[in-house]
Amino acid sequence: MSRLTVKLSGAILLSMALMPVWAAEVTVSAAASLSNAFKEIGAAYEKQHAGDKVQFNFAASDPLVQQIAKGAPVDVFASADQDAMDKAENLKLLAAGSRRNFASNTLVLIKPAESKLALAGPRDLAQAAVQRITMGNPASVPAGRYTQHAMEQAGLWNGISSKLIYGTSVRQCLDYVVRGEVDAGFVYATDAALFKDKVQVVATVPTETPVSYPIALIGTSAQPQAARQFAEFVQSAAGQAILARYGFGRP
Amino acid sequence: MPPTWLAEPAWIALRLSLKVALWATLIDLVLGIAFGYLLARKRFAGRELLDALLTLPMVMPPTVLGYYLLVLIGRHGPLGAWLQQVLGIQLIFTWQAAVIAAAVVAFPLVLKGARAAFEAVDTQLEQAAYVLGLSPFAVFLRVTLPLAWRGVLGGTLLAFARSMGEFGATLMVAGSIPGKTQTLSIAVYEAVQAGQDDTANLLVLITSLVCVTVLVSANKLTPNRSVQA
Repeated sequence: MSRLTVKLSGAILLSMALMPVWAAEVTVSAAASLSNAFKEIGAAYEKQHAGDKVQFNFAASDPLVQQIAKGAPVDVFASADQDAMDKAENLKLLAAGSRRNFASNTLVLIKPAESKLALAGPRDLAQAAVQRITMGNPASVPAGRYTQHAMEQAGLWNGISSKLIYGTSVRQCLDYVVRGEVDAGFVYATDAALFKDKVQVVATVPTETPVSYPIALIGTSAQPQAARQFAEFVQSAAGQAILARYGFGRP
Repeated sequence: MPPTWLAEPAWIALRLSLKVALWATLIDLVLGIAFGYLLARKRFAGRELLDALLTLPMVMPPTVLGYYLLVLIGRHGPLGAWLQQVLGIQLIFTWQAAVIAAAVVAFPLVLKGARAAFEAVDTQLEQAAYVLGLSPFAVFLRVTLPLAWRGVLGGTLLAFARSMGEFGATLMVAGSIPGKTQTLSIAVYEAVQAGQDDTANLLVLITSLVCVTVLVSANKLTPNRSVQA
């Protein structure tokens, strides 16, 4: 090995050893409904913390818990309901005491913009003209759980259950309505707001438990400091302003 | 009364997968023999281009195929809108949509097997049959097809296995409706997403067993194992 090679590899090793000090890469697993707002929050965070990188992994909340439980290297987790976060907590995946609620949302019933169906609320979904209704799969999608509870409480569940098309995330349900493949669907108000020209909000659906979003740090995180900084940024005035712009409410 | 385990979601998903795969394979078998014969025997401009186009589903990501199908047979797609208006049929989110997805994805396997098998048939045998007075169609049915059959069947069994495992395109056009369009592979995905590892374990075991069985059968039928006269 020539002297130059030794010096070069030494320099490379040294720089690699120094890198984490100024460049932390935070991996955030977040509920699909947070996609747009969190991407903007991530960009704002990176601007404020030069060198830090935030990478996102968006999906329905339950699969995100499963990934973390199976060892995915995640630093921060934000879910769309308390159920999913409870699962993560019960599996002892969270850093103790780091769980906070940071946003709220509402469940809405939507239909394609060009739809001529006379829908005023969930009660009208029982009519024969409504053939296909999409909602998240309650087994893995928080929006689906909120929907099922709301429909069961209103006594409408049995009337619509044969028409349901389960989506693997709330964004897939939104896409089905945007494409006009279904007659109606249950999504969050913030999702519907992204496609104002393609979907029409029929009604706000009251939910048994309020739609609230918790965020927490993952216990096995390799960069707990940066992870905490990001979670704090989401709850800061700057983060909250971005969330509000996308229609999310205060926690 | 049927035994209760037949009503378990895993068996319902298995039956649906078998139904979808059988229909898809049947469609592929008919089309695969037709196009395989055409490509093996007829000389025409764009023959290799047609072969490439028909083989495309084998190399394209299932999500790309799923998107093409969604755009084509969806409510607003050219074919989907026509079916809806003229026949009142809606394909999206039905098991028939799953059949279409599986048939498209698995088609190249039958085609490749059939083309190679037809090319391997000695044309002198066919000519002898012509001379003895058989019609072209009778020659195909009684001479060509029996001689090519093992190759065709080998590809067909692979197509069946591929149809059983179809996931991406199927999920996009047929969705995941338990008992209606939730095939084995989609049920596995849903079970893992929901953290139901017991169900997932059972489902992957069933899938693996079916696929191994089909592959062993396909290997037994491949032409190079048979003794050629």
